[in-house]
Amino acid sequence: MIATSPVPRPNAAASAGTARFRIYRYDPDRDAKPHMQELEVQLHRHDKMLLDALMRIKSDVDDSLSFRRSCREGVCGSDAMNINGRNGLACTTNLRELSQPIVLRPLPGLPVVRDLIVDMTDFFRQYESVKPYLVNHTAPPEKERLQSPAQRDELDGLYECILCACCSTSCPSFWWNPDKFVGPAGLLQAYRFLADSRDEATNERLDNLMDPYRLFRCHTIMNCVDVCPKGLNPTRAIGKIKEMMLRREI
Amino acid sequence: MDLARRRFDAVIVGAGGAGMRCSLQLARAGLRVAVLSKVFPTRSHTVAAQGGIGASLGNMTEDDWLWHMFDTVKGSDYLGDQDAIEFMCREAPNAVYELEHLGMPFDRNADGTIYQRPFGGHSANFGEKPVPRACAAADRTGHALLHTLYQCNLAARTEFFVEYMALDLVRDADGDCVGVMALEMESGQTVLLESKVTVLATGGAGRIFAASTNAYINTGDGLGMVARAGLPLQDMEFWQFHPTGVAGAGVLITEGVRGEGGILLNALGERFMERYAPTLKDLAPRDFVSRSMDQEIKEGRGCGPDRDHVMLKLDHLGAETILKRLPSIREIAMKFANVDPIREPIPVVPTIHYQMGGIPSNTNGQVVAPGKDGASAVVGGLYAIGECSCVSVHGANRLGTNSLLDLIVFGRAAGNHIAGALAKGAAHKALPADAGEATLARLAALDARSGGERTQDVANDLRRAMQAHCGVFRTAALLDEGVRKVAEIAQRAERVAIQDKSRIFNTARVEAIELSNLVAAARATIESARARTESRGAHARDDFPARDDANWIKHSLWFAGASVNASALQYKPVQLTPRTVPSFAPKKRTF
Repeated sequence: MIATSPVPRPNAAASAGTARFRIYRYDPDRDAKPHMQELEVQLHRHDKMLLDALMRIKSDVDDSLSFRRSCREGVCGSDAMNINGRNGLACTTNLRELSQPIVLRPLPGLPVVRDLIVDMTDFFRQYESVKPYLVNHTAPPEKERLQSPAQRDELDGLYECILCACCSTSCPSFWWNPDKFVGPAGLLQAYRFLADSRDEATNERLDNLMDPYRLFRCHTIMNCVDVCPKGLNPTRAIGKIKEMMLRREI
Repeated sequence: MDLARRRFDAVIVGAGGAGMRCSLQLARAGLRVAVLSKVFPTRSHTVAAQGGIGASLGNMTEDDWLWHMFDTVKGSDYLGDQDAIEFMCREAPNAVYELEHLGMPFDRNADGTIYQRPFGGHSANFGEKPVPRACAAADRTGHALLHTLYQCNLAARTEFFVEYMALDLVRDADGDCVGVMALEMESGQTVLLESKVTVLATGGAGRIFAASTNAYINTGDGLGMVARAGLPLQDMEFWQFHPTGVAGAGVLITEGVRGEGGILLNALGERFMERYAPTLKDLAPRDFVSRSMDQEIKEGRGCGPDRDHVMLKLDHLGAETILKRLPSIREIAMKFANVDPIREPIPVVPTIHYQMGGIPSNTNGQVVAPGKDGASAVVGGLYAIGECSCVSVHGANRLGTNSLLDLIVFGRAAGNHIAGALAKGAAHKALPADAGEATLARLAALDARSGGERTQDVANDLRRAMQAHCGVFRTAALLDEGVRKVAEIAQRAERVAIQDKSRIFNTARVEAIELSNLVAAARATIESARARTESRGAHARDDFPARDDANWIKHSLWFAGASVNASALQYKPVQLTPRTVPSFAPKKRTF
C-alpha cells in the first residue's frame, strides 16, 4: 500500500525535502496479518526529529498510523520504537542521522496492539515486581530525612529511567522469558532502591531476586546499555546487585 | 456502542502530580479510587518539570513562608486570592518534607538537607534579594516527583485505568457530578464511571498555541468537559510565556539555569535584564523577563540571521556545575539546538508554557460556580486540582516552582477533603436517565462523518490564530480579529472527519475529540483577553498598557454557552484578605 503525498496547503510552511519510510502496520480490526507500508512525506522547515515526521505523516498523509507520543523531548518515554533495526525514542532521534527508507517497527518481543503500539503489560509487571518504592518503617523526622551528597550520588544513573522499555525489549533474555526475567529496566529500579540510604528493605529486595531467572538470566549482552536513550547502564546495576548478594553470603 | 458501567467512590481524571497526590491520599484512606489517564501515569506532563518545587525550607539561607507568600502575591500581579496563597505557602515546607519521606530523590547539601536554588521572583525579606527556595532533583524535579508518586500509588494499590480518555462529566438534575464518560483507547469502548466524587486533574491546554513547551497530550480535556457542562472557566486570558524555550523547537530550558547563574544576552552581548530589573535581574518573574526579551527583539537587538531570539549563556558556570545540576538541559541543548552549553550559549525565545486560569475551585479543591443567587457556590461531587484548576494561587502570573507546589498542596488538600466527606457514608446518587447519551451521540456523529476537514488542519489553524492574535502583546484590533477567526475555526472543528474508523487504539479519533477541548480553551482565552482592557501579569495590552486596579481586580468567568455566539463573561471579586496575616495591598511591580 503506497499512500499518496499530501495536497499542498496554502498555510503549509516552506517545504524542507521529503523522507521515505517503511512502516510496520497492523490493525487487528481490519488486517489478517501485519504488513510493511511504504510512504513518503513532505517535511516542513522545523521538522527535525523522527517524531516530527511521524506527526506530519499522521496529519497530512495517513491519519490511521498509530503510535504513542507525548512530551516530544525525551522525558516521558512514550515513543520508543524500533528505528532502522535499533530501539530508540522517535522524539530525540534526528532525521538526518537515519538512512532512508527509515524502517520503523514496534518494540520487539512484546505483543503488538496496533502498528507501532505494543502491549507493555509484561514490562510493567516486572517493574512492579521489584517493589519500586521506598520502604522505611522508621517514623520520619519532622523535617527531611538526611542523606549525604555521596549517598545521594549513588542514585544518579538509576532514578532517571523513563520506563520507555527500549532496554528490556532489546534484551534476548527478556524476549525468551518476559514472565520470569525482570529485565534491565526493572532491575535498574531494583538497584535504585537497594542503593538508597533511606531504604530499609535490602534483605527482602535481595531475597525477591534470588531465583534462577529473575536476576540471573542477565548474560551481560549489554544491548540495554547500548540502546538506553538516557545513557543509563542497567548492566552495571545488575552487577551491583549480584555483588550485594555475594557480600551477603559471606 | 456498548456502554459498560463501573462504580467507584472517587474517580480522578488525570495521573499527573495533582491527580496522583490526591489518589495517594484517597487510597491510603481505604477508598475505592479509579485514576484515568490518557497515557501511562509516568508519561503525564508533570514529568517534564525541571527546576524545582518552591518551599521556604531555609536550607541555604534564611527564609520565611510569609516572604514566599509576598513574592507569590506580587508575582500574581495582585490577581491571586490571598487566602489560597497563604494556605499554599504555609503548607509548602511540610508538603516537600512529605515528598522526601515518600522517597523522592532530592539533591542534597553537605549537611544532608535538601538542596535549594534561586528562582525567578523568589526573594528574601519582601523583595530585597534573591533567595534559594526551589527544592531540586538536578533539573529533573518533575520526573523525580511524578515517578515517586506513581511508585507510592503502586504501594497503596491505587487502581489505574491507563489509556482511558475522559469525554464528559455526567451531572444530575441538581447539577451534581455523578460520574464520567470515558473511552478505553485500546478497545474503543465507552464506559460510564459512576462516582460519588469526580476530580479533574487534567493539566493545562498549552497546545492551543503554535509555539509551546507543552506535551502533545496537553489539550485541556478537563476544560472542555467543564465548558460543555455549562460551568465557567476562570482567568483564561492569563497564559505564561516561559522566557527560555529553545528557539525554533519550543522545548523548555529551566529557569533553574538562571538560578544557577546563567544570564540572558542580546545581539550586542549586553546583559539586558540589568536595565529592566536592577535588583532581581535575570531572576525577575517570567512575565517581566519575557516582555523584556520581546522588547529587545522588537528594538532590533535580537540574535541570529532573523534577529528573532536572545542567548542564554551558562558556560561561565563551569562544566562541573552544568553536569551536576543541569545535565538534562545540556542534553536538550545538544539535541534540539545543536549547541553544547558548556561552551556556547543556547538560543532562546519566550514560549507558551503555563495556563494560570482554569476551572474555578476553592482551597479544598471543590469546583465553585455562580449559584442561582449569583454568589459562588460549590458544585456537588466535583473537584479540580493542578494546572486545570484556578484556585487562584497564580493570579495573572505564576512564579517558577509554584506549579509543582500547587499540585502537591492542593492534590493533598482535595484528597483529605474528599476522604472526610466520604467518611460520612455518602451513597452514590442516581444517574440521570439520559446519562452519557449526548457523549455517545457526539462520538457516533464523528464516526459517521466523511469528507470533512482533517483534524490537524483545523487544529493548526487554531494554534496559528492564537499565536498571532493572543501572544505576548495584545491589542483590541488583534483580539477582535482573533475572536472572529477562532469562532470560525470552532465551527469548522464541529465538521472534521477522520479516515481511520478502526475500534482499536484509534489515535485519530482521540485527536478529533481533543480538538473540541482545544477549541473551548482557546475561545475562553481569547474572549476573556479581549474583554480585559488593562495590562496585568501575563496579559499585556499595547492599547491599555497600565494596570487598572480601580476596575480590574476581579476574576473573569467565561461560560461557553450553547453555541459559538452564545458565550458569556461574568466577573467575581479577588480575595484580597488572607486567612491570618494582613493583606498585601497592590503596589507597582518593580524588581
